[in-house]
Amino acid sequence: MSRHIVAAVGEIPPGGRKLVTLNGRDIGVFNLGGEFFALLNRCPHQGGALCRGSLTGLVTSTTPGEFTWSRAGEMLKCPWHGWEYDVRTGQSWCDPEDTKVRLYPVTIEPGERLAKGPYVAETFTVSVEQAYIVVEV
Amino acid sequence: MQGVAPGGIDCDLHPALPGTAALMPYLDPYWREQITVRGIDGLDLASFPPKIPANGRADWRPQHGKPGADFERLRHDALDGFGLRAAICNPLYGVQAVYNRHFATALATAMNDWMVAEWLDRDPRLRASVVIAPQDPAAAAAEIERRAADPRFVQVLLLAMGEAPLGRQEYWPIYAAATRHRMPIGVHAGSTARHATTGNGWPSYYLEDYVAHAQAFQAQLLNLIHEGVFAKFPDLRVVLIESGFTWVPNFMWRANKTWRGVRAEVPWVDRPPADLIREHVRFTLQPADAPPDPADLARAIDQIGSDDVLLFSTDYPHWQFDGTDAYPAGFPAALRQRVAVDNPLATYPRLRETLA
Amino acid sequence: MTPDDGPAQPHDREARDRAAATKLKVIDCDVHHALASPRALYPYLAQRWRDHLDRYGHRKPTPFVSSSPYPKTAPALSRTDSWPPNGGPPGSDLAFLQEQLLDRYNIEYGLLHLLAPSGMDERNQELGAALCRAINIWQHEHWTQKDQRLKAAIVVPGEDAAAAVAEIEHWAGNSDFAQISMITHTIEPLGRRRYWPIYEAAVRHGLPVGLHTSGFNGHAPAASGWPSYYVEEQHIVALSQQALAVSMVCEGVFARLPDLKVVMVESGFAWVPSLAWRLDAHWKRMRDEVPHLAEPPSHYLRRNMWYTSQPADEPENPEDLRQIIDWLGWDRVLFATDYPHWDMDNPDFAFRCRMSEAERRMIYAGNARAVYGFA
Ligand code: FES
Repeated sequence: MSRHIVAAVGEIPPGGRKLVTLNGRDIGVFNLGGEFFALLNRCPHQGGALCRGSLTGLVTSTTPGEFTWSRAGEMLKCPWHGWEYDVRTGQSWCDPEDTKVRLYPVTIEPGERLAKGPYVAETFTVSVEQAYIVVEV
Repeated sequence: MQGVAPGGIDCDLHPALPGTAALMPYLDPYWREQITVRGIDGLDLASFPPKIPANGRADWRPQHGKPGADFERLRHDALDGFGLRAAICNPLYGVQAVYNRHFATALATAMNDWMVAEWLDRDPRLRASVVIAPQDPAAAAAEIERRAADPRFVQVLLLAMGEAPLGRQEYWPIYAAATRHRMPIGVHAGSTARHATTGNGWPSYYLEDYVAHAQAFQAQLLNLIHEGVFAKFPDLRVVLIESGFTWVPNFMWRANKTWRGVRAEVPWVDRPPADLIREHVRFTLQPADAPPDPADLARAIDQIGSDDVLLFSTDYPHWQFDGTDAYPAGFPAALRQRVAVDNPLATYPRLRETLA
Repeated sequence: MTPDDGPAQPHDREARDRAAATKLKVIDCDVHHALASPRALYPYLAQRWRDHLDRYGHRKPTPFVSSSPYPKTAPALSRTDSWPPNGGPPGSDLAFLQEQLLDRYNIEYGLLHLLAPSGMDERNQELGAALCRAINIWQHEHWTQKDQRLKAAIVVPGEDAAAAVAEIEHWAGNSDFAQISMITHTIEPLGRRRYWPIYEAAVRHGLPVGLHTSGFNGHAPAASGWPSYYVEEQHIVALSQQALAVSMVCEGVFARLPDLKVVMVESGFAWVPSLAWRLDAHWKRMRDEVPHLAEPPSHYLRRNMWYTSQPADEPENPEDLRQIIDWLGWDRVLFATDYPHWDMDNPDFAFRCRMSEAERRMIYAGNARAVYGFA
């Protein structure tokens, strides 16, 4: 286990994402309305680059012809076969128990604390005035 | 009898209407006059020409007339011949293909009256499907209501190749009436020639048309599922009659796969299509379309993933097998009781109640 | 194999590269190139047809000017990560196709199938023939001549058999063309006699016929009528391949031309055994209707037809797929990605059942090598 500083908080706007490689793993970091989630960038189905998929809402229905659309931008649709994954849980909509994408713990840390280590921040310098997104891999 | 569990229930046999004239006693004066003045006759479905050997097994074929038209023969060959406890009659006449919806509706009513008077009243083992004219869904629902009082009508009959796919909302009044009276919808092989029998156009041979029914049934299942018929009518059962069933596993695999990627288009389908099929859809035994290696058949049945879905049928008088064993080689012995008795009783509540 | 996060999986780049280096060579029997723009064929079309296309466009028995009748699940029917960075639709940029498909998956040969335009389903058949010629020149100049891994199909205006045969004669012998292709939703089922001269030409030149589900003929896609949803239509086009196989067999095409090779593209193969059983069962009752069939229908399905794997059938119990291939014959299945379309298969994960190395080699390359006669 190691903790990686992947971005300053302001760098990924709400609805945005950043693709990073941590310990050799491709990971997508998403901002859903100020909450951050990190998902392995590989679809458990056939290995599509899941984190490059579209963010969509969730549609459900209680009766034919009725569409209940909610959770705008919180479902990640695989760019290949279109399976939908819940960014908050990593679970697929069609098979939530058995088909899920690996989720990594994310924390927001003040630069002040990060300066003390031990964190991996390969690509940028940490400023004590800012907060940072930290992913544990 | 060999092959049939004791007290077996035949879920598909075909009494034949000798001709339009046989319906005269059951039609009102206007339609009687129309039929006479215009010489209307010969509405047998082109899907089942009576003289094709496949449509009348040699030892079941009468010397004169259509196979299945003679009550005594049917009683002897099928009811007694297979030791049946009950049998469901699915009369095939071209009612569903008539373009004039009013005439079709009148014919449907007459068919059902004819069924009562000339078949059901003559043997307590016989049950029937309600013939309706889906060309006029409201009238069809009314016909179901009318027949509901007679417990011997246990299901509603439709054809696999009609005008619009069966899941479409215009047909929902039919499903509402059927579920209200606890009748499954029986979809039988047969074309109304509204569309080519394949998406690739009209084939040359009857053999191709017959085989093509498997694809039509599969398209119907897709439509019933994705239009949300099972979401709207959670108690509805659909029985595919004379559809074959060895295609069911590979159909399920593909349907599940497509649904996973495209389900947002039909969000009311909230579980894999295979699960809906196991819950709501039943298949009659004949034609079994069995593979030459019995092990392959056992495997296909196992792959369907439910012991509840197959219903015993002889398809009398059609020629799907020889002799008295309607089960194809390799049919699991342990399943025979389920298929011949338990599954029909579970599928047809009205039948269950009248046999109790 | 599943792409899960387990230790044996190629979950990081290095491991992936190592795997790629030792990986099997793959022959991909369904690759979709595309026109960079609708005008890409204009250099190969007479002025009359350029003007015609500008004004009248492509006219088919379909309702919309440019949408497919059932809008697909993704733009251009494609993986959303397959749009070339330099512009143009998926499949239109050779360099990107090389990077994303050929190099990435160690593809030894890629069999090209152009989906649009097809030429064959133009209602104006003269335009159709002109388009086919233009497509073939374009494929040759822009694709097969630029990357020898790519093999084109001779696209023919099959509704006009004489014109189709002329097109075959024009290209036959050119090793850039590995097969002949036609749409599958044709005016009549493809087994009917109007198409026989095409099959005779195919046999004459030793070319397989690749039949990729495509095209429009004005018929409802299923005998049950027009479906409402793409989720239905996407599955129904595979059902129509079953009817196509039945037509080819029952009309006696293979009985008459025993050397004809037909490759069924983009319909999977799990349906073949149950269809064969059904056909044989009813053929036994109706042999007198098709006396030209010397053998049971299943014989031809396993002698004259091959089936590409995509979209990979995914049985609930993955091992069930083995039984299907056992029945069909391990020499019958040809691997295909269908790149760049949304329902493409990744060669690394397409099959979830066990396979021996020998079986794997047959499906991923050996069978295609034999069918197409690649060295
Ligand atoms: S690879 Fe993601 S849905 Fe298939």
